[in-house]
Amino acid sequence: MATVLEGVGKRTLNELDYVGSLNIQWWATLRAMVKSLPFVGNRYRWQASVRQMLEIGVDALPMVSLMAICTGFILAMQGASELRRFGALHYVIDLVAVGFTRELGPLLTAIAVSGRSGSAFAAEIGTMKVTEELDSLRVMALEPVEFILAPKYLAALISVPCLSIASNVCGIFAGGLFMFFSTHLAPRLYLHYVLASIQLRDVITGLIKSVAFATIIAHVGCLEGFRVRGGPDSVGRSTTNAVVKSTFLVIVADAVFTAIFYLTVKS
Amino acid sequence: MVLLGGSGSGKSTLLRQIIGLERPKSGQVHVKGVDIAHCSAAELKTLRRSIGVAFQSAALFNSLTIADNVALTLREHTRLAPSIIDLMVWMKLAVVGLADFGKLFPQELSGGMKKRAAVARALALSPEILVLDEPSAGLDPIVAAELDELILILKEVFQVTLIVVTHELPSAFRIADRIAMLYKGTFSSIGTKDEIRASTNPRVRQFLDRIPDDMAKSPAVAAYFEKYLQSPEAT
Repeated sequence: MATVLEGVGKRTLNELDYVGSLNIQWWATLRAMVKSLPFVGNRYRWQASVRQMLEIGVDALPMVSLMAICTGFILAMQGASELRRFGALHYVIDLVAVGFTRELGPLLTAIAVSGRSGSAFAAEIGTMKVTEELDSLRVMALEPVEFILAPKYLAALISVPCLSIASNVCGIFAGGLFMFFSTHLAPRLYLHYVLASIQLRDVITGLIKSVAFATIIAHVGCLEGFRVRGGPDSVGRSTTNAVVKSTFLVIVADAVFTAIFYLTVKS
Repeated sequence: MVLLGGSGSGKSTLLRQIIGLERPKSGQVHVKGVDIAHCSAAELKTLRRSIGVAFQSAALFNSLTIADNVALTLREHTRLAPSIIDLMVWMKLAVVGLADFGKLFPQELSGGMKKRAAVARALALSPEILVLDEPSAGLDPIVAAELDELILILKEVFQVTLIVVTHELPSAFRIADRIAMLYKGTFSSIGTKDEIRASTNPRVRQFLDRIPDDMAKSPAVAAYFEKYLQSPEAT
């Protein structure tokens, strides 16, 4: 009996420690991020941030667009097959437009970025820890949080919402293609209906979610990298953990945000 | 000052404490008057500007060229013009003999060149104290000898205080003014090069004369033989 309690207690304490470390890291990064800003900050930090934006955002664009187009088709077809029975095929447009803007765009983007960039952060920082590069930085009076984390976080904060918007556009485009081929709906008319069904608050809530997801992905990835202890197998494990934990936390955060917006914002 | 000691004697820990990466849990470490155990982060930061470290694994940043590696601290901690920084980088690389290799990436260098690049990077801000962790480890004797010559030049021409951790006895006696011997976390002997060479301290003598530990004295091995001798097969 005692050992079960011990196990549960130990697990709880470990998880609390993890969440605490995430929090501390987040605040430290926020303070250090000022130096990464363009014009007012350090030139090299901003350059590093721009390079990260290219890697996190631009390089992910093909993958995210393709995911969004496929999901757009899937959503449109599944929705159509049900709504057709009620003669309400028209509402597929609403389903795709609002579904993507509020929910699927940010979520799909977050999952893609978590797999690509979350693992990359963990692997890069973990390897730097193993090869003593992090120690080298510290003895050169360059704090890893300011030098490595802050540019990555700033880049994620800018790239992930942009990717979400791109994902929305691709998903809605896929819906339009489906409507055109199934009901010969003119693209112009489709666009009109889409714009009529989306409200500004849908876009805003989607973007707020994107920012939260970007925070989760960047910090979980980097924390796993900093926590590496030992050799290559530890780096491998931390990379896996980064993807698994950030995906899980993203979905939990999505549920929380959706509940908050559902309960507070009246349509 | 050369730090000698067997594996597990605490050399790396002491080194990490001197450069401020770890706080000493007992005893005292004072560097340039600053108490490492109790100083603030800001004091540590100022102190780190005057210490240069070359790690055992060179630890060069893979995403930057050698020249950028050396220039890093200059760009971050000074406001010098880029042309002056480039000149200083070239000078530091020339001191270690890598003047033609600035544009290469660390992956493209041999082991000896990486170690020399790490020394150049440690010298970037012209530190007062230079700490080298096993500079000759894994190098062939010729390259190791070149590194020794470089260290002697640094000592005499640049007046740098050197703390070197090494296993290589020929190197140690070539470059050292003073030697400290560590055993299981404490200093078993400190003295000048000649004093250590003539020391009668048994641990120092064992290290210098390369006498191995008696392996049969391991308790597990002795217990095994006990059991075997008492078993029926032995008779």
